[in-house]
Amino acid sequence: MPEEKQTKPASAIEFDRRAFFTKLGLGSLSIAAAGTAVFAYQFLSPNVLFEPSPIVNAGKPESYALDSVTLDVNSGIYLIHAKEGFFALSAVCTHLGCLTAWKPELGIIACPCHGSKFHREGDKIEGPAPKPLPWLRTWLSDDGDLMVDRSTTIRPLQFVRV
Amino acid sequence: MAKTIASYFDELRATRIWRSIFRSGTGSSTLHRALAIQQNVFLHLFSTKVRRRMLSFSATWYLGTLTFGTFLILVITGILLMLYYHPSVPQAYADMKDLQFVVSSGLFLRNLHRWSAHAMVFLVFAHMFKVFYRGAYRPPREFNWVIGVILLLITLLLSYTGYLLPWDQLAFWAITVGSNIASAVPVMGDKVHFLMLGGNLVNANALLRFYVLHCVILPLTAILFIAVHFWRIRKDGGLYAHQSEPATVQAQTAKAKEAQ
Repeated sequence: MPEEKQTKPASAIEFDRRAFFTKLGLGSLSIAAAGTAVFAYQFLSPNVLFEPSPIVNAGKPESYALDSVTLDVNSGIYLIHAKEGFFALSAVCTHLGCLTAWKPELGIIACPCHGSKFHREGDKIEGPAPKPLPWLRTWLSDDGDLMVDRSTTIRPLQFVRV
Repeated sequence: MAKTIASYFDELRATRIWRSIFRSGTGSSTLHRALAIQQNVFLHLFSTKVRRRMLSFSATWYLGTLTFGTFLILVITGILLMLYYHPSVPQAYADMKDLQFVVSSGLFLRNLHRWSAHAMVFLVFAHMFKVFYRGAYRPPREFNWVIGVILLLITLLLSYTGYLLPWDQLAFWAITVGSNIASAVPVMGDKVHFLMLGGNLVNANALLRFYVLHCVILPLTAILFIAVHFWRIRKDGGLYAHQSEPATVQAQTAKAKEAQ
Protein backbone atom coordinates (compact mmCIF):
# COMPACT_ATOMS: atom_id res chain seq x y z
CA MET A 1 0.00 0.00 0.00
CA PRO A 2 2.64 2.59 0.79
CA GLU A 3 4.20 1.83 -2.61
CA GLU A 4 0.97 2.84 -4.43
CA LYS A 5 0.77 6.04 -2.45
CA GLN A 6 4.26 6.95 -3.55
CA THR A 7 3.83 6.35 -7.31
CA LYS A 8 0.93 8.79 -7.86
CA PRO A 9 2.50 11.86 -6.29
CA ALA A 10 5.76 11.00 -8.04
CA SER A 11 4.15 11.30 -11.51
CA ALA A 12 2.40 14.51 -10.44
CA ILE A 13 5.75 15.94 -9.33
CA GLU A 14 7.29 14.92 -12.67
CA PHE A 15 4.54 16.80 -14.56
CA ASP A 16 4.84 19.86 -12.32
CA ARG A 17 8.56 19.94 -12.83
CA ARG A 18 8.15 19.92 -16.61
CA ALA A 19 5.48 22.63 -16.49
CA PHE A 20 7.66 24.65 -14.13
CA PHE A 21 10.65 24.52 -16.46
CA THR A 22 8.45 25.38 -19.47
CA LYS A 23 7.14 28.41 -17.63
CA LEU A 24 10.61 29.33 -16.46
CA GLY A 25 11.94 29.07 -20.02
CA LEU A 26 9.12 31.11 -21.55
CA GLY A 27 9.35 33.66 -18.74
CA SER A 28 13.09 34.18 -19.15
CA LEU A 29 12.67 34.37 -22.93
CA SER A 30 10.05 37.10 -22.60
CA ILE A 31 12.23 39.00 -20.12
CA ALA A 32 15.11 38.74 -22.60
CA ALA A 33 12.83 39.93 -25.43
CA ALA A 34 11.64 42.92 -23.39
CA GLY A 35 15.26 43.70 -22.49
CA THR A 36 16.23 43.54 -26.16
CA ALA A 37 13.42 45.97 -27.04
CA VAL A 38 14.54 48.42 -24.35
CA PHE A 39 18.18 48.02 -25.38
CA ALA A 40 17.31 48.60 -29.06
CA TYR A 41 15.24 51.69 -28.26
CA GLN A 42 18.01 53.16 -26.10
CA PHE A 43 20.69 52.33 -28.64
CA LEU A 44 18.74 53.97 -31.48
CA SER A 45 18.07 57.19 -29.52
CA PRO A 46 21.21 59.32 -29.64
CA ASN A 47 22.21 60.75 -26.25
CA VAL A 48 24.28 63.57 -27.71
CA LEU A 49 23.10 65.56 -30.70
CA PHE A 50 25.28 67.76 -32.85
CA GLU A 51 22.49 70.10 -33.87
CA PRO A 52 22.57 73.91 -34.02
CA SER A 53 21.72 75.70 -30.77
CA PRO A 54 18.06 76.67 -30.44
CA ILE A 55 19.09 80.14 -29.25
CA VAL A 56 19.77 82.55 -32.12
CA ASN A 57 21.35 85.98 -31.97
CA ALA A 58 19.32 88.12 -34.40
CA GLY A 59 21.54 91.19 -34.13
CA LYS A 60 20.76 94.81 -33.28
CA PRO A 61 17.11 95.92 -33.31
CA GLU A 62 18.11 98.99 -35.37
CA SER A 63 18.91 96.75 -38.35
CA TYR A 64 15.19 95.91 -38.72
CA ALA A 65 13.15 98.69 -40.35
CA LEU A 66 9.68 99.46 -38.99
CA ASP A 67 6.96 97.23 -40.50
CA SER A 68 9.54 94.81 -41.88
CA VAL A 69 9.44 91.01 -41.94
CA THR A 70 12.89 89.42 -42.13
CA LEU A 71 13.35 85.71 -42.76
CA ASP A 72 16.55 84.06 -41.54
CA VAL A 73 16.77 80.99 -43.75
CA ASN A 74 19.47 79.26 -41.67
CA SER A 75 17.64 79.41 -38.36
CA GLY A 76 14.11 79.23 -39.81
CA ILE A 77 12.68 82.28 -38.00
CA TYR A 78 11.00 85.55 -38.97
CA LEU A 79 12.03 88.67 -37.11
CA ILE A 80 9.22 91.16 -37.38
CA HIS A 81 9.35 94.82 -36.41
CA ALA A 82 5.75 95.89 -35.88
CA LYS A 83 4.44 99.18 -34.50
CA GLU A 84 3.88 97.49 -31.12
CA GLY A 85 7.46 96.17 -31.01
CA PHE A 86 9.61 93.23 -32.08
CA PHE A 87 8.59 89.59 -32.20
CA ALA A 88 9.91 86.34 -33.64
CA LEU A 89 7.85 83.75 -35.46
CA SER A 90 8.83 80.23 -36.41
CA ALA A 91 9.11 80.04 -40.20
CA VAL A 92 8.63 76.25 -40.15
CA CYS A 93 5.19 75.34 -41.49
CA THR A 94 3.06 73.57 -38.88
CA HIS A 95 1.81 71.20 -41.58
CA LEU A 96 4.83 69.11 -42.59
CA GLY A 97 7.83 71.25 -41.69
CA CYS A 98 8.62 73.13 -44.90
CA LEU A 99 10.21 76.58 -44.72
CA THR A 100 7.58 79.24 -45.40
CA ALA A 101 8.25 82.52 -47.24
CA TRP A 102 7.13 86.13 -46.68
CA LYS A 103 5.23 87.52 -49.66
CA PRO A 104 5.60 91.31 -49.42
CA GLU A 105 3.28 91.98 -52.38
CA LEU A 106 0.43 90.12 -50.63
CA GLY A 107 1.44 90.90 -47.07
CA ILE A 108 1.16 87.25 -46.02
CA ILE A 109 3.37 84.29 -45.16
CA ALA A 110 2.94 81.38 -47.60
CA CYS A 111 4.24 77.81 -47.65
CA PRO A 112 5.61 76.60 -51.01
CA CYS A 113 4.97 72.91 -50.27
CA HIS A 114 1.21 72.59 -49.80
CA GLY A 115 -0.12 76.15 -50.00
CA SER A 116 -0.79 77.07 -46.36
CA LYS A 117 -1.14 80.81 -45.79
CA PHE A 118 -0.59 82.78 -42.57
CA HIS A 119 -0.97 86.38 -41.38
CA ARG A 120 2.07 88.32 -40.29
CA GLU A 121 1.11 87.56 -36.66
CA GLY A 122 1.18 83.82 -37.40
CA ASP A 123 -2.59 83.13 -37.53
CA LYS A 124 -3.65 80.72 -40.21
CA ILE A 125 -5.52 82.10 -43.22
CA GLU A 126 -5.99 78.85 -45.09
CA GLY A 127 -4.36 75.62 -46.12
CA PRO A 128 -3.65 72.23 -44.66
CA ALA A 129 -1.64 73.62 -41.74
CA PRO A 130 -3.42 72.61 -38.52
CA LYS A 131 -2.00 75.32 -36.27
CA PRO A 132 -0.80 78.93 -36.51
CA LEU A 133 2.93 79.66 -36.73
CA PRO A 134 4.13 79.77 -33.12
CA TRP A 135 5.61 82.87 -31.49
CA LEU A 136 9.11 82.26 -30.14
CA ARG A 137 10.53 83.61 -26.90
CA THR A 138 12.41 86.81 -27.75
CA TRP A 139 14.42 89.10 -25.48
CA LEU A 140 17.09 91.75 -25.52
CA SER A 141 20.54 90.59 -24.45
CA ASP A 142 22.86 92.63 -22.21
CA ASP A 143 24.72 93.73 -25.33
CA GLY A 144 21.48 95.05 -26.82
CA ASP A 145 21.09 92.20 -29.34
CA LEU A 146 17.76 90.58 -30.10
CA MET A 147 17.83 86.95 -28.93
CA VAL A 148 15.37 84.26 -30.00
CA ASP A 149 14.89 80.85 -28.37
CA ARG A 150 13.50 78.52 -31.04
CA SER A 151 12.73 75.77 -28.53
CA THR A 152 10.34 77.91 -26.42
CA THR A 153 7.02 79.05 -27.80
CA ILE A 154 5.04 81.83 -26.11
CA ARG A 155 1.49 83.07 -26.31
CA PRO A 156 0.99 85.49 -29.23
CA LEU A 157 1.08 89.29 -29.01
CA GLN A 158 3.91 89.47 -26.47
CA PHE A 159 6.05 92.12 -28.14
CA VAL A 160 9.57 93.15 -27.19
CA ARG A 161 9.75 96.92 -26.93
CA VAL A 162 13.11 98.58 -27.43
CA MET B 1 29.58 15.47 -89.70
CA ALA B 2 30.47 18.85 -88.24
CA LYS B 3 30.11 19.30 -84.51
CA THR B 4 27.13 21.32 -83.41
CA ILE B 5 27.25 23.84 -80.54
CA ALA B 6 24.94 21.54 -78.61
CA SER B 7 27.45 18.71 -78.84
CA TYR B 8 30.13 20.95 -77.28
CA PHE B 9 27.79 21.54 -74.37
CA ASP B 10 27.17 17.80 -74.09
CA GLU B 11 30.92 17.20 -73.88
CA LEU B 12 31.26 19.94 -71.28
CA ARG B 13 28.50 18.37 -69.20
CA ALA B 14 30.28 15.03 -69.32
CA THR B 15 33.53 16.40 -67.84
CA ARG B 16 34.46 15.48 -64.30
CA ILE B 17 34.54 19.10 -63.09
CA TRP B 18 31.03 19.77 -64.39
CA ARG B 19 29.78 16.54 -62.85
CA SER B 20 31.35 17.46 -59.51
CA ILE B 21 29.37 20.73 -59.48
CA PHE B 22 26.09 19.68 -61.11
CA ARG B 23 24.99 16.25 -59.90
CA SER B 24 21.96 15.92 -62.15
CA GLY B 25 24.05 14.22 -64.87
CA THR B 26 23.88 14.44 -68.62
CA GLY B 27 21.00 13.82 -70.94
CA SER B 28 17.82 15.61 -71.84
CA SER B 29 15.33 13.16 -70.37
CA THR B 30 12.47 14.58 -68.31
CA LEU B 31 14.12 13.20 -65.16
CA HIS B 32 17.45 14.90 -65.89
CA ARG B 33 15.79 18.20 -66.69
CA ALA B 34 13.71 18.00 -63.52
CA LEU B 35 16.80 17.17 -61.45
CA ALA B 36 18.67 20.11 -62.99
CA ILE B 37 16.07 22.44 -61.47
CA GLN B 38 15.57 20.55 -58.23
CA GLN B 39 19.24 20.17 -57.34
CA ASN B 40 20.26 23.76 -58.03
CA VAL B 41 20.28 26.05 -54.99
CA PHE B 42 18.94 29.00 -57.01
CA LEU B 43 16.44 27.14 -59.17
CA HIS B 44 15.04 24.72 -56.57
CA LEU B 45 12.71 27.48 -55.37
CA PHE B 46 10.87 27.20 -58.67
CA SER B 47 8.60 24.50 -60.01
CA THR B 48 10.36 21.73 -61.93
CA LYS B 49 7.55 21.79 -64.45
CA VAL B 50 5.62 24.73 -65.88
CA ARG B 51 2.57 24.65 -68.11
CA ARG B 52 3.73 25.69 -71.56
CA ARG B 53 1.04 28.32 -72.00
CA MET B 54 2.03 29.94 -68.71
CA LEU B 55 5.31 30.87 -70.42
CA SER B 56 3.49 32.88 -73.09
CA PHE B 57 3.61 36.67 -72.78
CA SER B 58 -0.17 37.05 -72.42
CA ALA B 59 -0.34 34.86 -69.28
CA THR B 60 1.65 37.14 -66.98
CA TRP B 61 3.10 39.89 -69.21
CA TYR B 62 6.33 38.77 -67.44
CA LEU B 63 5.73 41.56 -64.88
CA GLY B 64 7.08 39.65 -61.86
CA THR B 65 10.22 38.59 -63.72
CA LEU B 66 10.73 42.13 -65.03
CA THR B 67 10.40 43.50 -61.49
CA PHE B 68 13.03 41.03 -60.30
CA GLY B 69 15.20 42.08 -63.26
CA THR B 70 15.07 45.74 -62.21
CA PHE B 71 15.86 44.66 -58.64
CA LEU B 72 19.01 42.85 -59.86
CA ILE B 73 20.05 45.93 -61.89
CA LEU B 74 19.51 48.07 -58.77
CA VAL B 75 21.62 45.76 -56.59
CA ILE B 76 24.52 45.72 -59.07
CA THR B 77 24.49 49.46 -59.90
CA GLY B 78 23.87 50.28 -56.24
CA ILE B 79 26.95 48.34 -55.08
CA LEU B 80 29.04 50.11 -57.73
CA LEU B 81 27.72 53.55 -56.68
CA MET B 82 28.63 52.72 -53.06
CA LEU B 83 32.29 52.57 -54.09
CA TYR B 84 32.30 56.35 -54.69
CA TYR B 85 29.65 57.64 -52.29
CA HIS B 86 30.32 58.71 -48.68
CA PRO B 87 27.18 59.09 -46.54
CA SER B 88 28.43 62.22 -44.75
CA VAL B 89 27.08 65.76 -44.85
CA PRO B 90 30.16 67.49 -46.34
CA GLN B 91 30.74 64.81 -48.98
CA ALA B 92 27.42 63.29 -50.05
CA TYR B 93 26.35 65.98 -52.53
CA ALA B 94 29.88 66.39 -53.94
CA ASP B 95 30.21 62.61 -54.38
CA MET B 96 26.92 62.54 -56.27
CA LYS B 97 28.19 65.33 -58.55
CA ASP B 98 31.54 63.51 -58.96
CA LEU B 99 29.64 60.42 -60.05
CA GLN B 100 27.98 62.54 -62.73
CA PHE B 101 30.97 64.48 -64.00
CA VAL B 102 34.24 62.85 -62.88
CA VAL B 103 33.82 59.07 -62.50
CA SER B 104 34.00 57.08 -65.76
CA SER B 105 30.54 55.69 -66.55
CA GLY B 106 29.35 57.19 -63.26
CA LEU B 107 26.60 59.17 -64.97
CA PHE B 108 25.43 56.03 -66.77
CA LEU B 109 25.39 53.95 -63.57
CA ARG B 110 23.63 56.63 -61.54
CA ASN B 111 20.98 57.16 -64.21
CA LEU B 112 20.56 53.41 -64.62
CA HIS B 113 20.03 53.13 -60.84
CA ARG B 114 17.54 55.99 -60.84
CA TRP B 115 15.53 54.87 -63.86
CA SER B 116 15.47 51.25 -62.70
CA ALA B 117 14.15 52.43 -59.34
CA HIS B 118 11.31 54.27 -61.07
CA ALA B 119 10.69 51.26 -63.33
CA MET B 120 10.63 48.89 -60.36
CA VAL B 121 7.92 50.89 -58.56
CA PHE B 122 5.88 51.02 -61.79
CA LEU B 123 6.37 47.29 -62.46
CA VAL B 124 5.45 46.29 -58.90
CA PHE B 125 2.14 48.15 -59.28
CA ALA B 126 1.55 46.70 -62.77
CA HIS B 127 2.32 43.19 -61.44
CA MET B 128 -0.15 43.65 -58.59
CA PHE B 129 -2.88 44.94 -60.93
CA LYS B 130 -2.35 41.99 -63.28
CA VAL B 131 -2.48 39.50 -60.39
CA PHE B 132 -5.56 41.23 -58.96
CA TYR B 133 -7.57 41.41 -62.18
CA ARG B 134 -6.75 37.80 -63.12
CA GLY B 135 -7.91 36.73 -59.68
CA ALA B 136 -4.56 35.05 -59.00
CA TYR B 137 -4.55 36.36 -55.41
CA ARG B 138 -7.36 33.96 -54.40
CA PRO B 139 -6.83 30.85 -52.24
CA PRO B 140 -4.56 28.95 -52.13
CA ARG B 141 -2.42 31.95 -53.15
CA GLU B 142 -3.68 34.42 -50.52
CA PHE B 143 -0.52 34.20 -48.40
CA ASN B 144 1.68 34.96 -51.41
CA TRP B 145 -0.43 38.07 -52.01
CA VAL B 146 0.39 39.16 -48.45
CA ILE B 147 4.10 38.55 -49.13
CA GLY B 148 3.63 40.67 -52.26
CA VAL B 149 2.14 43.53 -50.25
CA ILE B 150 5.16 43.38 -47.90
CA LEU B 151 7.43 43.51 -50.96
CA LEU B 152 5.50 46.56 -52.23
CA LEU B 153 6.13 48.31 -48.90
CA ILE B 154 9.84 47.39 -49.01
CA THR B 155 10.04 48.74 -52.58
CA LEU B 156 8.46 52.04 -51.53
CA LEU B 157 10.73 52.29 -48.47
CA LEU B 158 13.77 51.63 -50.65
CA SER B 159 12.66 54.46 -52.96
CA TYR B 160 12.05 56.77 -50.01
CA THR B 161 15.38 56.08 -48.25
CA GLY B 162 17.27 56.39 -51.54
CA TYR B 163 15.69 59.79 -52.14
CA LEU B 164 17.73 61.39 -49.33
CA LEU B 165 21.14 60.16 -50.44
CA PRO B 166 21.89 62.81 -53.16
CA TRP B 167 21.65 65.32 -50.27
CA ASP B 168 20.28 68.16 -52.42
CA GLN B 169 17.38 70.52 -51.74
CA LEU B 170 14.81 68.11 -53.19
CA ALA B 171 16.14 65.27 -51.00
CA PHE B 172 16.27 67.39 -47.84
CA TRP B 173 12.74 68.77 -48.11
CA ALA B 174 11.20 65.52 -49.30
CA ILE B 175 12.56 63.71 -46.22
CA THR B 176 11.60 66.65 -43.96
CA VAL B 177 8.01 66.39 -45.21
CA GLY B 178 7.98 62.58 -45.20
CA SER B 179 9.40 62.23 -41.70
CA ASN B 180 6.90 64.82 -40.41
CA ILE B 181 4.13 62.59 -41.77
CA ALA B 182 5.53 59.86 -39.48
CA SER B 183 5.17 62.17 -36.48
CA ALA B 184 1.40 62.21 -37.11
CA VAL B 185 1.30 58.66 -35.67
CA PRO B 186 -0.84 58.82 -32.50
CA VAL B 187 0.92 58.93 -29.11
CA MET B 188 4.37 57.78 -30.27
CA GLY B 189 4.63 59.96 -33.44
CA ASP B 190 7.37 62.25 -32.15
CA LYS B 191 9.36 59.26 -30.85
CA VAL B 192 9.09 57.54 -34.26
CA HIS B 193 10.23 60.77 -35.94
CA PHE B 194 13.20 61.08 -33.55
CA LEU B 195 14.28 57.43 -33.98
CA MET B 196 13.90 57.60 -37.76
CA LEU B 197 16.10 60.68 -38.14
CA GLY B 198 18.36 60.00 -35.16
CA GLY B 199 17.67 63.59 -34.08
CA ASN B 200 15.18 66.43 -34.45
CA LEU B 201 16.35 67.55 -37.88
CA VAL B 202 17.28 65.92 -41.18
CA ASN B 203 21.01 65.95 -40.48
CA ALA B 204 24.12 63.75 -40.42
CA ASN B 205 22.45 61.02 -38.34
CA ALA B 206 19.45 60.90 -40.65
CA LEU B 207 21.69 60.62 -43.72
CA LEU B 208 23.63 57.73 -42.16
CA ARG B 209 20.48 55.93 -40.96
CA PHE B 210 18.83 56.21 -44.35
CA TYR B 211 22.06 55.02 -46.00
CA VAL B 212 22.24 51.89 -43.82
CA LEU B 213 18.53 51.20 -44.37
CA HIS B 214 18.86 51.74 -48.12
CA CYS B 215 22.05 49.74 -48.66
CA VAL B 216 21.84 46.94 -46.08
CA ILE B 217 18.67 46.40 -44.07
CA LEU B 218 15.99 46.91 -46.74
CA PRO B 219 17.76 45.03 -49.58
CA LEU B 220 18.44 42.02 -47.31
CA THR B 221 14.79 42.00 -46.18
CA ALA B 222 13.70 42.30 -49.82
CA ILE B 223 15.88 39.32 -50.86
CA LEU B 224 14.45 37.23 -48.03
CA PHE B 225 10.85 37.97 -48.97
CA ILE B 226 11.55 37.59 -52.72
CA ALA B 227 12.84 34.07 -51.99
CA VAL B 228 9.69 33.23 -50.04
CA HIS B 229 7.57 34.82 -52.79
CA PHE B 230 9.14 32.61 -55.51
CA TRP B 231 9.03 29.47 -53.37
CA ARG B 232 5.34 30.01 -52.60
CA ILE B 233 4.52 30.00 -56.34
CA ARG B 234 5.66 26.36 -56.46
CA LYS B 235 4.03 25.49 -53.12
CA ASP B 236 0.71 26.98 -54.20
CA GLY B 237 0.54 24.88 -57.37
CA GLY B 238 2.55 26.90 -59.86
CA LEU B 239 1.58 30.03 -61.75
CA TYR B 240 -2.13 30.69 -61.74
CA ALA B 241 -3.69 29.07 -64.82
CA HIS B 242 -7.30 30.02 -65.16
CA GLN B 243 -8.87 26.90 -66.73
CA SER B 244 -6.76 24.08 -65.34
CA GLU B 245 -7.02 25.26 -61.73
CA PRO B 246 -7.72 22.11 -59.65
CA ALA B 247 -10.52 23.90 -57.77
CA THR B 248 -12.08 25.06 -61.05
CA VAL B 249 -11.77 21.60 -62.61
CA GLN B 250 -13.33 20.02 -59.53
CA ALA B 251 -16.18 22.52 -59.58
CA GLN B 252 -16.75 21.87 -63.27
CA THR B 253 -16.87 18.08 -62.83
CA ALA B 254 -19.21 18.51 -59.88
CA LYS B 255 -21.50 20.66 -62.04
CA ALA B 256 -21.35 18.14 -64.88
CA LYS B 257 -22.34 15.36 -62.43
CA GLU B 258 -25.25 17.45 -61.18
CA ALA B 259 -26.45 18.00 -64.76
CA GLN B 260 -26.51 14.24 -65.29
